[in-house]
Amino acid sequence: MSSRLINWFRFSSPATFYPLVGRLLPWVAASAVLLIGIGLYLSFFVAPTDYKQGEGYRIIFVHVPAAWMSMFIYLVMAFWSAMGLVFNTRLSAMMTQALAPTGAMFTFVALWTGAFWGKPMWGTWWVWDARLTSELILLFLYIGYIALTSAIEDTRRADRAGAILVLVGVVNIPIIYFSVEWWNTLHQGSTINFRKESSMTSTMLWTMLIMALGFWAYTIAAAFSRVRSIILERERNTSWAQELVAGEEVDKHG
Amino acid sequence: MFTVFAWVVKRDLMLAMRSRSDLFTALFFFVIVVSLFPLAIGPELETLRQIAPGVVWVAALLASMLVLERLFAADHADGSLEQMLLSPQPVSLLVLGKVLAHWLVTGVPLVVVAPLLGLQYDLDSEALGVLLLSLLLGTPSLSLIGAIGAGLTLGLRNGGVLVSLLVLPLYVPVLIFGAGAVEASVSGLGAQSHLYLLGAILVMALLLAPLGAAAALRVSAE
Amino acid sequence: MAEFFHMGGYALYVWGSFGVTALLMILEPILLHKRHQAAVRRVARIARMQRAEVRKS
Repeated sequence: MSSRLINWFRFSSPATFYPLVGRLLPWVAASAVLLIGIGLYLSFFVAPTDYKQGEGYRIIFVHVPAAWMSMFIYLVMAFWSAMGLVFNTRLSAMMTQALAPTGAMFTFVALWTGAFWGKPMWGTWWVWDARLTSELILLFLYIGYIALTSAIEDTRRADRAGAILVLVGVVNIPIIYFSVEWWNTLHQGSTINFRKESSMTSTMLWTMLIMALGFWAYTIAAAFSRVRSIILERERNTSWAQELVAGEEVDKHG
Repeated sequence: MFTVFAWVVKRDLMLAMRSRSDLFTALFFFVIVVSLFPLAIGPELETLRQIAPGVVWVAALLASMLVLERLFAADHADGSLEQMLLSPQPVSLLVLGKVLAHWLVTGVPLVVVAPLLGLQYDLDSEALGVLLLSLLLGTPSLSLIGAIGAGLTLGLRNGGVLVSLLVLPLYVPVLIFGAGAVEASVSGLGAQSHLYLLGAILVMALLLAPLGAAAALRVSAE
Repeated sequence: MAEFFHMGGYALYVWGSFGVTALLMILEPILLHKRHQAAVRRVARIARMQRAEVRKS
């Protein structure tokens, strides 16, 4: 048991994690391209036209996966933050920071595509619907995290302060969601209800799932790439980083 | 343990009394913001009555956020914060004491003045009572949640702007239930459930926020 | 083909959504690649400077 634990923590050292991630990165990136490619093909050429919303419903194939990702990524960040605070591993905070911008990007995409879907379906770009409002607040939480960690120069403090902020946010998200939902039902008159999406065929569901998998792979690839940059930026004065870079440069010239 | 708590509260209140200008910053800000809205929106009482809950609550939220930065700043500057962190007392208890003193100085005046401002908006007496009650239950939660943000941004260069960015999203539930309570009372729906929920948030904030703020302070003052 | 891009009258909305999403998901990897290259160059520069100092002493 204990030997397995030690084995696990071996990977949490930046010096071993950097090359490991470097080897995995091309495969993850390739599967992201492949999955999103298949997903796009399915969403435009295979998925049937919706009898109610016409071609306009195809926005669902980016909107829903992006909204899923925006929430998953925050949860993953909370997981890494808790790990970082409990086990005091430097790498967990680097992973949290590597994920945050991609999470913010997907949150923005979910809001943007939501607006572009809302306009033809409800006749307005923005509705103060419970889900849209919560998503907007989620975007603010991401921005707050990024602003805080980049405002603190001492990396150790930035790591731990960021972890606390993410955990505080994660405790609050259910409360925020509940309160927004409550607020929304009280103001029913001025808003439009999300009606049930017209019956989903299994091809639509598959397309959405494949797109979501593609977004997952994209997120992992982006986080891997960003964590490599963060590791190099932080460990620039260590001998392992310098030897490694020397090796990479030789590779390029050779 | 309680004596330490009382000591922190007393000490902070005395310090606040010495620099009285701080005491009025939040209050004046609140009064001015609330009084500006009719100028921008127009004097029709019907409209004013409708927007009153939202305006007063948003102004209270901004005012309490405005003074958050000061919560730990003075103690951080003169080194007494480090002493507190080193003391054998639980830090969260000391934080709770500081937040209580901060709320007494910056929050209570807002609560007291709010009904007067409500008169400007032609709220009836029942709505005024609910406004007072909702602020009484809500503003301590704002101070408690804000303490986490103040702890995280302690001593940072533009900490004041940053703290608002961190804290405002977390204020959303308090804003919704606080303004909602007054609005429900204005429209005759009854504010009870809103007030219960505000109370529930306050209990949760009392239990959890001091722990979070204490952790944040330990990280920031290290 | 034109019919495909017309999207049954929803062209603006469908392509507005997919277009911006695609733009962001292409832009982010490019920025990430640049950041990584900059980091590598910086480490290499520090390494060169340190080697030069070692030789001097």
